[in-house]
Amino acid sequence: MSFRLTPVLTASWGSERSWTLAAYEATGGYQALRTALGMSPDAVLQLVKDSGLRGRGGAGFPTGAKWGFIPQGDGKPHYLVVNADESEPGTCKDIPLLMATPHTLIEGAIIAAYAIRAHYAFIYVRGEVLHVIRRLLRAVEEARGAGYIGRNILDSGFDLELTVHIGAGAYICGEETALLESLEGYRGQPRLRPPFPAISGLYGCPTVINNVETIASVPAIVSGGVEWYRSMGTEKSPGFKIYSLSGHVARPGQYEAPLGITLRELLDAAGGMREGHELKFWTPGGSSTPLFTAAHLDVPLDFEGPPAHGSMLGTTALQIFDETTCVVRAVKRWCEFYAHESCGKCTPCREGTFWYVQIFDRLERGLGTAEDIETLLDLSDNILGRAFCALGDGATSPVTSSIQYFRDEYIAHYEQGGCPFDPVASTVFAGAGVS
Amino acid sequence: MSGATDGLPSTPGAQQGSAPLVVFDPRLGPATAAEDPLSPDARQRVRERAAEVIARYPRPRSALMPLLYLVQAEQGYVSADGIRLVAEILGLTTAEVAAVVTFYTMYRRRPCGAYVVGVCTNTLCAILGGDAIFQALQDHLGIGNGETTEDGMVTLEHIECNAACDYAPVVMVNWEFFDNQTVESARELVDRLRAGDPPMPTRGAPLKTHTEVSRILAGFPDDLADVGPSAGPASLAGLELARRRGESAPPRPGASS
Repeated sequence: MSFRLTPVLTASWGSERSWTLAAYEATGGYQALRTALGMSPDAVLQLVKDSGLRGRGGAGFPTGAKWGFIPQGDGKPHYLVVNADESEPGTCKDIPLLMATPHTLIEGAIIAAYAIRAHYAFIYVRGEVLHVIRRLLRAVEEARGAGYIGRNILDSGFDLELTVHIGAGAYICGEETALLESLEGYRGQPRLRPPFPAISGLYGCPTVINNVETIASVPAIVSGGVEWYRSMGTEKSPGFKIYSLSGHVARPGQYEAPLGITLRELLDAAGGMREGHELKFWTPGGSSTPLFTAAHLDVPLDFEGPPAHGSMLGTTALQIFDETTCVVRAVKRWCEFYAHESCGKCTPCREGTFWYVQIFDRLERGLGTAEDIETLLDLSDNILGRAFCALGDGATSPVTSSIQYFRDEYIAHYEQGGCPFDPVASTVFAGAGVS
Repeated sequence: MSGATDGLPSTPGAQQGSAPLVVFDPRLGPATAAEDPLSPDARQRVRERAAEVIARYPRPRSALMPLLYLVQAEQGYVSADGIRLVAEILGLTTAEVAAVVTFYTMYRRRPCGAYVVGVCTNTLCAILGGDAIFQALQDHLGIGNGETTEDGMVTLEHIECNAACDYAPVVMVNWEFFDNQTVESARELVDRLRAGDPPMPTRGAPLKTHTEVSRILAGFPDDLADVGPSAGPASLAGLELARRRGESAPPRPGASS
């Protein structure tokens, strides 16, 4: 089947003053909220279950099931927390969404809170995006002023408070339990699970944590219905998805398409690789998903496709590199990132990422040995599955996959006594006569 | 004004010029905060706004992070006195507050320049030119990572992925986006910052100083939300292609479920 682009979340990104309440309402915004408030919370939950919506933050867990884990009639406050801490290297979909159409997220959050019977919702947004924060804070105030947030929303009897919590620079806070710690005013270190947040989350109460794109998809599902939503994507991975293409492609950017599209099709949309160059390696969903190569151009990018080939869909952050790129240098830098962002709570991640950096440093400088490659693999074995949270597991992905596909390149580094690549050749200004 | 020579206790992180391992990050500064006391006026301002911040949350301790931004908005960094004030307001120990300050990189523990220039050197930006830009700016400004120019205008640092990879290489100034940078454009950018003629961000509002930004990050925004575009060209790449090809999502059957 030939694919087509299906802009839904991105459809209004280019519109005049798209971030304002007026522009959002002019395209039917907050109608889904009216529809949802006319249904019972359980009916909204069932609708989302039936839609097959799966979490967009990386794990792909069914959203309706997650909502369904919240105990009802338990007498405790329930909380909705939107994870807008978008920090996974390569991932750049939620931030433009919040810049262009923050009301899509706010409407989704109100509907989601209603479905799980939460009266307090938080949007945890990373701190390093000042203008996005301005727009988000403004949108929340506009929504409050219009009666979409507060007491007795649209005369439904439903009350909701919504607070924007602004992070302060910590990748780990994208991990849901670290995010909760941060939101409670602590260092952002992950919690042991179980208990899962659905039972014991924020302040020890039942809590749903969903990614921005997940929650922003909810209004469209409510207004379009299950059949419409499922007419896009695949049986197990229904719906539309924002694919973020970056790197050595002719037209990097955000491409919204049905789940199951392939890199070959996306590259076609993005004008192919930059002129005169060919694909070498890419991440299907951020640096924490094992690398793919040109052999994986036809893997369907849904929740099933990449795992069948040793990777993951992740955040559909496709970082694409051509043959000028040194894979050892690329992976070294990711290792430095994970070492910097490791929260230090567990030994495998804290020490393992530290040693990754030491070993990659000497490999890239041509001072490595054959034993170093084996040490990297051994180290990866001792991190994967033994770290406290997914950060450690993710750190091993680029290491082990790059050795799997490009072992010769590692060997070339120590055989030649240095990196065989010219870093200038891989820059966007290569050939432009810059120093 | 080098981090290693400003009279504060030296830590491994404050050493400059060594191999660029990121394990100890010079951005974080010394382990102990500078002692500068907050002025009585500043203390009063923080206290007045604290009640509003605390009221946003079901539990007061959740206000800790925005309160730290409020303190940073007064001094440009979080001093030991700022830590004491926040601890007083929330009924916490200074150790509890310091533990949080030291965890998050956006809380600075010593003074910085009016403009913090962050060059993304995570893998994608680095390879597309971020490494070259970061090196060129260090040479151009004569300072290293985490250091500030003598005129106090620019603090230079390398940063991690800032969610704008489709605009690589990316430079952030006071957390506003400067997209699709080159070595030349980045040099011109810092020259203009130092000359007091800051250029407009690619997707954002006119630059604010680092202290003004901290106030916004505490949840007290200015009125500039309506400035700037909805999206940059890369954000719209798929949408515009869909329009050209006449492609769209299937029509929705209606507003009912």
